[in-house]
Amino acid sequence: MALAPEEPELVQLLTPEGELVEHPDYRVDFSDEELRGLYRDLALVRRIDAEATALQRQGELGIWASLLGQEAAQIGSGRAMGPNDHVFPTYREHGVAWCRGVDPLNLLGLFRGVDMGGWDPEEHHFHLYTIVIGAQTLHAVGYAMGLQRDGMVGDGGPELTGAAVAYFGDGATSQGDVNEAFIWASVFQAPVVFFCQNNQWAISEPLERQTRIPLYQRASGFGFPGVRVDGNDVLATYAVTQAALARAREGSGPTFIEAYTYRMGAHTTSDDPTRYRIAAEVEAWKLKDPIERLRSFLIRTGKADQDWFEALEEESNQLAKHIRAGCLDMPDPSPMTMFDHVYVDPHKPLANQREQFAAYLASFESTSEEHS
Amino acid sequence: MSTIDAPGGTRLMGFGEALNDALDVALQIDPTVVLLGEDIDDESTGGNFKITAGLSTKHGDHRVRTTPISEQAIVGAAIGGALGGLRPVAEIMFVDFLAVAMDQIVNHAARLRYMSGGKTPVPITIRTASAGGQGFGGQHSGMLESWFTHVPGLKVVVPASADDAKGLLLSSIFDPDPVLFIESSRLYFGNMAFGEPGGDPRRLHVEVPLGDYRVPLGKARIRREGDAVTLVTYGRQVDDATKVADRLAEEGISVELIDLRSLVPLDLETVLASAAKTRRVVIFQEAVTRSGFGGELAARITEELFDTLEVPVRRLGAPNTPVPYAANLETAYQPSAEALAAEVRETVERKARAS
Repeated sequence: MALAPEEPELVQLLTPEGELVEHPDYRVDFSDEELRGLYRDLALVRRIDAEATALQRQGELGIWASLLGQEAAQIGSGRAMGPNDHVFPTYREHGVAWCRGVDPLNLLGLFRGVDMGGWDPEEHHFHLYTIVIGAQTLHAVGYAMGLQRDGMVGDGGPELTGAAVAYFGDGATSQGDVNEAFIWASVFQAPVVFFCQNNQWAISEPLERQTRIPLYQRASGFGFPGVRVDGNDVLATYAVTQAALARAREGSGPTFIEAYTYRMGAHTTSDDPTRYRIAAEVEAWKLKDPIERLRSFLIRTGKADQDWFEALEEESNQLAKHIRAGCLDMPDPSPMTMFDHVYVDPHKPLANQREQFAAYLASFESTSEEHS
Repeated sequence: MSTIDAPGGTRLMGFGEALNDALDVALQIDPTVVLLGEDIDDESTGGNFKITAGLSTKHGDHRVRTTPISEQAIVGAAIGGALGGLRPVAEIMFVDFLAVAMDQIVNHAARLRYMSGGKTPVPITIRTASAGGQGFGGQHSGMLESWFTHVPGLKVVVPASADDAKGLLLSSIFDPDPVLFIESSRLYFGNMAFGEPGGDPRRLHVEVPLGDYRVPLGKARIRREGDAVTLVTYGRQVDDATKVADRLAEEGISVELIDLRSLVPLDLETVLASAAKTRRVVIFQEAVTRSGFGGELAARITEELFDTLEVPVRRLGAPNTPVPYAANLETAYQPSAEALAAEVRETVERKARAS
């Protein structure tokens, strides 16, 4: 069986050892402050993830889908976006949500089961988490076609133009929807960036169960460029996404980005990866950690000192505290809200059911009053 | 029974022409309306049934977009457009192909607004054609409305005449929720359905108001008043039911004929008022009887009027088989006017239960 090459040809600007490397097509030009900002994003998002995992283990969340190991892919791509770019995420894009200004507590609300996504997608340009694998790629294409129709493609830069960014994983590339999204985006030259985080595993299915060629090579068959980037390299991910977004916004059509990364944890807290993958593989990927490499770089080049890291650690502790307290404080929704937002206009049968349910609930109150 | 308020005048139109007119009006009055579907622009065919003919020429192919052959993507992209502020109208060539797009319709179009706490409405309209009774075979002839009436968040509209087709389609397009709009392709052809050569192609033409004419969703139409029995139906069955009601009137049986127009929202009040008056109800549907919408309707009527009804609510629909292909089999399969007449007669003549 032909497998994806062991050492993939990928765009890299920062090695696992924290050394900057040149690439003929991609470069970044960050100030020291911006570099520290990226590190802060990575560290805080990892902390949010760790707190959420702990909260699940303590019974405070029903489930959590950890992004551990994929922080750079998400922060690099998320920070490359402009104000009009609109994200269609899976359920693991906590880092992208962070970049789009979504309060982490909104994410926890979903996983705690008090709502199905409490943020405003329009305000943050960040759609609800999509649970059905790959379905959001079609929404991204439709949204992008709308941007075309609205004249938001062409010259003008990120302030006046926009693109849709569809996130999905390696497993989703086997879905019909995703392949249809590729075809439509190509045929209509829609301003879409297909951002695939290839984290090597779709629950328990390894990459070779989804593909016999490197995923990014599929793009050429659909008629647009595909590029594989080191998804654990925040700088390279930023550069590649920025270029793809610029290309989409100016009207040159879609790009497929394969962010080559690794799901360090379980698929979700309901999963036990030790049942299907070997520890050595995980150990090998630990050496490519997305945060450690930037830390080494910042320290070695003197762009951040010990005081700065300590201050960040304190900020991280405060954030964790905010998350834990906020999570425990989340009220359960009122039972009557079950009937809200099914239809925009008044809907009589639903109104009747709501009335019946209200009377049913009220019957308990009168019973308890009688007994008190 | 209703008179049409048409200050802008009317024109005699067939069913397909009225739909085309509705789409034309929608495109004209609202720049956010866009059409997506297979073969729908004029460079293609103007639509498989020519319902969109002329619209891309008039409004531009950026608004009337012929798409790749992917039903799931037609609905999915319509949803994405709606999330960005458009009012997309998606055309799915046959009802049966909705099965291909089921995830996008059920999991996304119907539920996104609810799941977002009201923040992401999905005002799309999915137009599709049912084509039973025309020799189109097992995968082009279904009537699957009850799959969708079961899904909270969707509205389901089934017009029966040209004037309603226009008024209901415009209401659907401008409705804030996702609407499935099922058109009987047999009505497109007037009486010129396959297997019915020589009929008058203009038999089903009616005066249709010009301009932005809307018929509200959730308001049934009493097509004929009567007091002996209530006959409830929708879509192209209304035509057969009308003929049956006319014939039975000659026999002295007074049928009240209700055309539901939309199944969700359902005008239960009109149905119950009629059923309370006649105390006898027959439901007539094109679809397979088992788990069909008629069953839901029968249950609702019985729940409300068990003590008033003189006889059980009866349903007449198709047998519980796929739609057969051979002409003689398909003819036998379709719930016919003759069978309906017999069912109505039997319901009227049946001895009332002892109260």
